[in-house]
Amino acid sequence: MTAATGISKSDSRGRLVLRRFLRRRLALFGLLMVVLFFGFAYVGPDFYKWNYNQLDPAAFLEPPSASHWFGTTQNGFDMFAQTMRGMQKSLIIGLVGALLSTAIAALAGAAAGYFSGWTDRGIIALIDLLLVLPGFLIIAILSPLFQRRTWLIFVVLLAAFQWMITARVVRSMTLSLKEREFIHAARFAGVSNWKIILRHLLPNMSSFLVIDATINVSSLILAEVGLSFFGFGVQPPDISLGTLINDHWQAAGTQDGYQFYFPAILLVALVLCVNLVGDGLRDALDPNAGMGAPR
Amino acid sequence: MIVPIPPLYEAPAQPLLEVANLSVSFPSEAGPVAAVRGLSYRVSPGEVLGIVGESGSGKSVSSLAVMGLLPPRARVAGSIRFRGNELLGRTDKELSSLRGNKISMIFQDPLSALTPVYTVGDQIAEAVEIHRKVSKKAALDRAIELLTLVGIPEAPRRATAFPHEFSGGMRQRAMIAMAIANDPDLIIADEPTTALDVTIQAQIIEVLRTAKKATGAAIVMITHDLGVIAGFADRVAVMYAGKPVETGAVDDVFYRPRMPYTLGLLGSLPRLDLGNRVPLTPIEGDPPSLVHLPPGCPFAPRCPMRLEVCERAEPELIPMPASGVAHSTACHRSAEIEEKSLTSADIFPAAQASEQPANRIPRDQRPTVLELAGMVKHYPLVKGSIIRRRTGTVYAVDGISLDIREGETLGLVGESGCGKTTTIMEILSLVPPESGKIVVLGKDTSVISGPERFEVRREVSVVFQDPLASLDPRMPIADILAEPLETHGVPASVRSGRIAELLKTVGLRPEHAGRYPQEFSGGQRQRIGIARALALQPKLLILDEPVSALDVSIRAGVINLLQRLKTELDLSYLFVAHDLSVVRYIADRAAVMYLGKIMEIGHVDQVFDLPSHPYTQALLSAIPLTDPRMERARRRIILRGDLPSPANPPSGCRFRGRCQKFADELDDVRRRRCIEEQPLLTVQGAPGADHRAACHYAEAYAVLKDVAG
Repeated sequence: MTAATGISKSDSRGRLVLRRFLRRRLALFGLLMVVLFFGFAYVGPDFYKWNYNQLDPAAFLEPPSASHWFGTTQNGFDMFAQTMRGMQKSLIIGLVGALLSTAIAALAGAAAGYFSGWTDRGIIALIDLLLVLPGFLIIAILSPLFQRRTWLIFVVLLAAFQWMITARVVRSMTLSLKEREFIHAARFAGVSNWKIILRHLLPNMSSFLVIDATINVSSLILAEVGLSFFGFGVQPPDISLGTLINDHWQAAGTQDGYQFYFPAILLVALVLCVNLVGDGLRDALDPNAGMGAPR
Repeated sequence: MIVPIPPLYEAPAQPLLEVANLSVSFPSEAGPVAAVRGLSYRVSPGEVLGIVGESGSGKSVSSLAVMGLLPPRARVAGSIRFRGNELLGRTDKELSSLRGNKISMIFQDPLSALTPVYTVGDQIAEAVEIHRKVSKKAALDRAIELLTLVGIPEAPRRATAFPHEFSGGMRQRAMIAMAIANDPDLIIADEPTTALDVTIQAQIIEVLRTAKKATGAAIVMITHDLGVIAGFADRVAVMYAGKPVETGAVDDVFYRPRMPYTLGLLGSLPRLDLGNRVPLTPIEGDPPSLVHLPPGCPFAPRCPMRLEVCERAEPELIPMPASGVAHSTACHRSAEIEEKSLTSADIFPAAQASEQPANRIPRDQRPTVLELAGMVKHYPLVKGSIIRRRTGTVYAVDGISLDIREGETLGLVGESGCGKTTTIMEILSLVPPESGKIVVLGKDTSVISGPERFEVRREVSVVFQDPLASLDPRMPIADILAEPLETHGVPASVRSGRIAELLKTVGLRPEHAGRYPQEFSGGQRQRIGIARALALQPKLLILDEPVSALDVSIRAGVINLLQRLKTELDLSYLFVAHDLSVVRYIADRAAVMYLGKIMEIGHVDQVFDLPSHPYTQALLSAIPLTDPRMERARRRIILRGDLPSPANPPSGCRFRGRCQKFADELDDVRRRRCIEEQPLLTVQGAPGADHRAACHYAEAYAVLKDVAG
């Protein structure tokens, strides 16, 4: 207690967090890999000979070669171009879905905690209801709705079944934050409720929200892949890692296994790297939480 | 290199504890934090050494080092000898046979120092069993005996209670019982009364005296409260930035301080018995960061007497030329201070108080800014989550009436749980109270409309206790100050000018507007809080313990600032505090609250000099004065028991259960009235005097002047 005052205050919080993050080798590696994945998925195809919807009549079911890096499919599509295309979709779904889910969680949780009373009871009831509903099944049943329409509906549905736990945490954080004196000060100055939520409450849990959004990216990618694998998620002609794995899983174990292994390994690597970034962020933003004790 | 230990005191042949050149540092992101830098002291058997210092001065860290309780990452050097045996470098196991046996410790927070899952009796018995070969039964008997000694009524029954069933004061008593369980030779008490209310603090100090008598142990008392030390310690060491800067017998240090920091510290404390007749002399600036201490005296940047040499060389702790070895200081100019007998007023600039314009008009002709009439706030106690059942009521505020006139400061004092905070929250939320009325600036809260309420918010603002919690850590200062302006429609073009002006008003630099709250010290943060409260040019400021979270040396500066702002901006204050000395200094009128009711209200001099309610008398008597001789000679009223729960207040007079008058002076016939009839506030002294007390048998008694012999 007595020693704490001696710590230098010259470092701004941002710089401190950055420094702590940079010290985590694994997290840095994860971040680098995620950036590389994005680069490859979005910029890579521009420098690649083949397009994802382009057929090579001279190469059916060819193993990886200098011309077709990941080989070709039975129909002569280039696997690398297709995997990159699939990764584009998976990444964007993960990203948009995670942001959406965290945003819903933040707003609903903060409103429940801040307003209490009937708002609170209503939101808690909705959270409890959504938690007991089987999300996977419901999206599967609703999948005809977004067939031949935009995949954005799919993202919204994924996010709608993802936000509840976070919202509960946000709610309890709000309950303790709203008794803090700076919230009282704003209220007694006449600042409106939603302004207090947006300007004081949520920024003060931003570290939690950032971490949550990051972790959500990987779980949403997994959810998307799962649904797409069964044909309920991303619909052709769109391609995602899930549809690719679905198309080629039977090739696993055969001599044409590369068709399955490339998208599958990339999926695992992607999710792993996103999680590494999430862990690193948590340790950097909140060094007292669990594993993050300074070494 | 062997550094000779400076002879601090005339110590007897065999000191009990000898700390020599102790230094402790902690690694941190910014570099090593030098928490203790060369501390040396001796404690003789049966002696009380007081270590005083502000937060960060290294006083707690040094005592943890003695106990061997520092975290492993701490780097400790020097020597700590107990009865001639070196303690540093011993294994935890070796130290364990000493801890709780020969040396014991009393911590600040008695709740976290007791294990919640075992009964209090078992925990004390365990302390006995660890070090003695006794049966379980004998250990438990000893525990009950100890609990009785520390004044816990019905000890056999209370021994089976769990810590959460004890009040704060009782827990601290249990901690003391545990500390003396094995008849230790040395007790280290680390801020033992800081977390407690004043009347409980007085009880605990009495218990410590009893404990000392029972065991004959020496006590090292660590505290930031100079008053506690004044009456309790034999010798004092004042610490600053990890080093002792002045040591000596208690009378020497308090009456003849020779180091500017000690002088400043004593001068920055408001005196309960003198009020604002003595101006406060604040110490400017903040304690230094312990990470990269510059060479020279660490106090030099704040010292008005600094010379060029002070910034070059750090002074050694050397005996004073005249007082001899018993009194030592670490200051290049101590000899000069001694020669000229300088006081804090000579060294530190005192604030000049000017009279407020409104004060020239008699009180009853000035308009009322705040009026509470019979205000009530009860909280329901409910059970069940779906079907809610009311099982009781907390009578947080139970019908209080007071008024504040323009340009006036009303000090609202009381112990924790008396309803002070509920009162101000009710006023600030500007909603109709459950019963009674709240009139703010002529607007009755039960009839005003939404827009009117919003307008009233302009005129009433608040400063909170904890300066860090009251500022949003995610916002730079400029945004924090702009928020009320923006909310009330001040155009953006005017705002930045106003923010700069506000920062200047509270004594901060406008260039700092872009910084975040974390980059400021406690005192500066509180100034920012005050600046925000002033942003909309309010008429009434509600101050909720505005200085109690601040270090002593910072406090006086903030008090003086509030005093100056009040006159300059013609403000009225509702000043809520538990520190009566501060209220005496700053307030014009004072109201004493107990269990949701006002016990005594009136002009501050009346209430403090001639308190008429037994509770006010006990409260005043419980506060330690920073005057060792007076403190030793004072007759003390020690209240019985703890504050009753506001959910179940006693019938009739709420104070009767603890009242010294009820217990000692009244006969059964007169007691009846206290039990059956709730006393009302009645005028004391001359008719029409501004002094009322709610006691059937109110009688003026000049507590502060009552000195035995």
